[in-house]
Amino acid sequence: MNNNTAKKGNFGNFLRRSSVPLMFILICAVCIPLSGLSPSYLVNEIVTRMGRNAFLILALLIPIMAGMGLNFGMTLGAMAGQIGLILASDWQIIGIPGMVLAMILSVPISILLGMFCGKILNMARGREMITSYIMSFFINGIYQLVVLYLMGSVIPIKHSTIKLPRGYGIRNTVSLLSMRQKLDNLIPLTIKGVKIPVATFIVIAVLCVFIVWFRRTKLGQDMRAVGQDMEVARDAGINVEKTRIIAIVLSTVLAGIGMIIYLQNMGNIATYSSHSQIGMFCIAALLVGGASVDKASIGNVFLGVILFHLMFIVAPRAGAAITGDSMIGEYFRVFVSYAVITVALIMYETAKRSEKKQGGEQLKQAQLEEESK
Amino acid sequence: MNEHRKKVQELRKFREGLADNPAAKDIARTFAKTLLELRNIKKDFFGNQVLTDINLTLGEGEVIGLVGENGAGKSTLMRILFGANMIRETGGYGGEVILEGKTVGFSSPFDAIEAGIGMVHQEFSLIPGFTTTENILLNREPTRRNVISEIFGERLDTLKRTEMDERAANAIEMMGVDIDRNMVISDMPVGHKQFTEIARELSKEQLKLLILDEPTAVLTEKEAEALLASIRGMAERGISIIFITHRLQEILAVCDRVVVMRDGYIVNEAKASETNVSEITKWMVGREVADGGAAPEVRINEDAPTILSIEKLWVDMPGETVRNVNLEVKKGEILGIGGLAGQGKLGIPNGIMGLYQAGGRVTFEGREIPLNNPRQCLDSGFSFVSEDRRGVGLLLDETLEWNVAFPAMQIQNRFLKNYLGGLIKWRDEKAIKEVTDKYIESLAIKCTSSRQKARELSGGNQQKVCLAKAFALNPRLLFVSEPTRGIDVGAKALVLNALKDFNRENGVTIVMISSELEELRQSCDRIAIVSGGKIAGILPASSSVEDLGALMLSQVI
Repeated sequence: MNNNTAKKGNFGNFLRRSSVPLMFILICAVCIPLSGLSPSYLVNEIVTRMGRNAFLILALLIPIMAGMGLNFGMTLGAMAGQIGLILASDWQIIGIPGMVLAMILSVPISILLGMFCGKILNMARGREMITSYIMSFFINGIYQLVVLYLMGSVIPIKHSTIKLPRGYGIRNTVSLLSMRQKLDNLIPLTIKGVKIPVATFIVIAVLCVFIVWFRRTKLGQDMRAVGQDMEVARDAGINVEKTRIIAIVLSTVLAGIGMIIYLQNMGNIATYSSHSQIGMFCIAALLVGGASVDKASIGNVFLGVILFHLMFIVAPRAGAAITGDSMIGEYFRVFVSYAVITVALIMYETAKRSEKKQGGEQLKQAQLEEESK
Repeated sequence: MNEHRKKVQELRKFREGLADNPAAKDIARTFAKTLLELRNIKKDFFGNQVLTDINLTLGEGEVIGLVGENGAGKSTLMRILFGANMIRETGGYGGEVILEGKTVGFSSPFDAIEAGIGMVHQEFSLIPGFTTTENILLNREPTRRNVISEIFGERLDTLKRTEMDERAANAIEMMGVDIDRNMVISDMPVGHKQFTEIARELSKEQLKLLILDEPTAVLTEKEAEALLASIRGMAERGISIIFITHRLQEILAVCDRVVVMRDGYIVNEAKASETNVSEITKWMVGREVADGGAAPEVRINEDAPTILSIEKLWVDMPGETVRNVNLEVKKGEILGIGGLAGQGKLGIPNGIMGLYQAGGRVTFEGREIPLNNPRQCLDSGFSFVSEDRRGVGLLLDETLEWNVAFPAMQIQNRFLKNYLGGLIKWRDEKAIKEVTDKYIESLAIKCTSSRQKARELSGGNQQKVCLAKAFALNPRLLFVSEPTRGIDVGAKALVLNALKDFNRENGVTIVMISSELEELRQSCDRIAIVSGGKIAGILPASSSVEDLGALMLSQVI
């Protein structure tokens, strides 16, 4: 009897925990036939997008581990990556060396921004998500100042293809033709018509290994401790503030590198918008993969990329097939990504609340048992 | 050299002679090396003396039991010993702490740990998602260098999992209680969490003195027995232990010596083998001489109708759990609820008023009051003066006028002017000022004007504002929780008198919860004692301190 209820509870828990991924599997299952897209096309797209996005989403894992929630601090790293890429392409360093140079340039900027972000988040404990979100707007202002006014006037920019005609500032789009998919195509491999970006996947695999290894280091252990209970960690002598700053810095640095991988696949930078949505989409993808505000795994990342992007691909087509208007699908996918974040946050709160109620239930049970004795 | 050998032989002989005589065992201990000595320890919080001339010595491997009522100064003394930040922030302490012959002054708990002092606090300090092993070695994990850590520093060292396991296993073995090393803390029963904490202290190699602050409070009977056995085991290994508990039987069972504190003094010390529970209780509560302080006018009206009846109440208030409470409050009386901290007396009003999750049946004037619904309670004519004055009781950044009138405005639509048939309601500033001024005068609230902010008042005056707020609601039943906590003697008397007058003149039934037995005896008609989350008994306020004290300790869990 007891065993049975426990099983039921477990199953119920499993359903509750994975309700978001299940919902998305359902949506995709309905939309795929409606969209009329061929399986080989879908697989191709998913593989490409996995290579494009996975690294960025993996950058979110470390702050979650340190208890800093879904962190928009990665947007700052994305900006640093873009600045690196703009400079590298202006200096006409092409191909893989150009990418590496862009990464090297982005790292110090990411570290600076990450430290700033970490310091601020230490002052806003428990409200990291909204604070980092608003801060990404603030840093975006500084980014625009640099890119729109300082580049070309203070920071030398030579090439007119990048510069605005007025003599300073960067154009709306910067072409990355010289780097386009250079990493993806470094080791060419095609299986049954599906092009596989082997080198990109290797880089992602290395990051996964790093994250797994990192969890087993002293710093990783400290971060987990800080993430679960800051006060206890502090009492044990862990420098909580520093640990949290390191978590954010790691995340921004990884996001900067991730952004460069993302943009080499796209082949151009939308100077003023590429970074602005990336945080939102990465967080949505991670949540779709079944992560929560305080728990996320590498598995969540990959499941999230597959499901979120599958929906991205099929929803507009399915929308067009049903309503005859492709805009409805476009609307739908933006709507859904915000909805996912909202639902996941609400579910996180309700789970916390029901946990609180359990204490009362236990008391009630104990009392009933005592009476029946 | 020879001299030393002689001494050792003498000591050995002496001990052997004592071996058959367990009662004298502790005498032998006092002959052993002194580990810790406290000399003339004094401590005051902003002029409020909480510790006076504390002198205490502790031998190596000695177990002493420290007992005393809440507020007797036990925790403060332990905080001094453990180098708590809070002591330094409030101006440090007087006197000397001598550890192994050297005067020490810890600037943080980490220094104290370094010097070999370990403390197991009442609240758990564990990471919920970590295993036992991970918690035992929290931030003291053995690590191994690797290529990356050579470059980026030692925080990137990898953890040595197998060694961690071994060290945790050793610590658990030393404790003598078996717990699962790989279980995650959040899945554990409370008792095992407590053992994990103890094992963590034991895993520190430098440990010489272990302070256990009510370690058995959360344990089941069996677990408590296991712990007591392990305390003896630890002492045998030469670790000295200060054991704080309210369960006097436990003290007698495991301690060499009992130290009793009251009002910041050590009032008595005795060998555990030479005393008994009732004697210790008497020392703890004291005042047997000054017993004239009983309530001058206890009125017990057996025929008074029951105004509030509580049946099978449970309240999930962390640290103050209430279990299966049945209680009847008679119309027009002042009922006191007393008991030791953590036994659940605070849970009763907080649960009924809907501040914490509760269940059971509460009937007021014949009508059932739904639980977990603060508004319904207030509508039915309850009012509550919370023990959390600054958090729950006051709008700190608002004026006294607002503080006094706010609930009455919200709940009863008073102090409002209605326009357009009640569609628009404006505050009646004049009436608000009038009522506030009335209470400022009658309760002698010290303030610059009724427009002063509540935050700027002293603790005692803030408490008076809380009372004024509750009085302004014209309640039919008033819960007052810890009305005199943290306020000075003068304000104390005034607050208690105000409550009494409110009861006697307006016929309002009052339920008063307080940790101070003496205060309850002076103000109440009947006193209910809560122990172990349940009502241990109800006595007239004129009962002796010993009787009430015995009830307090009767079902302590």
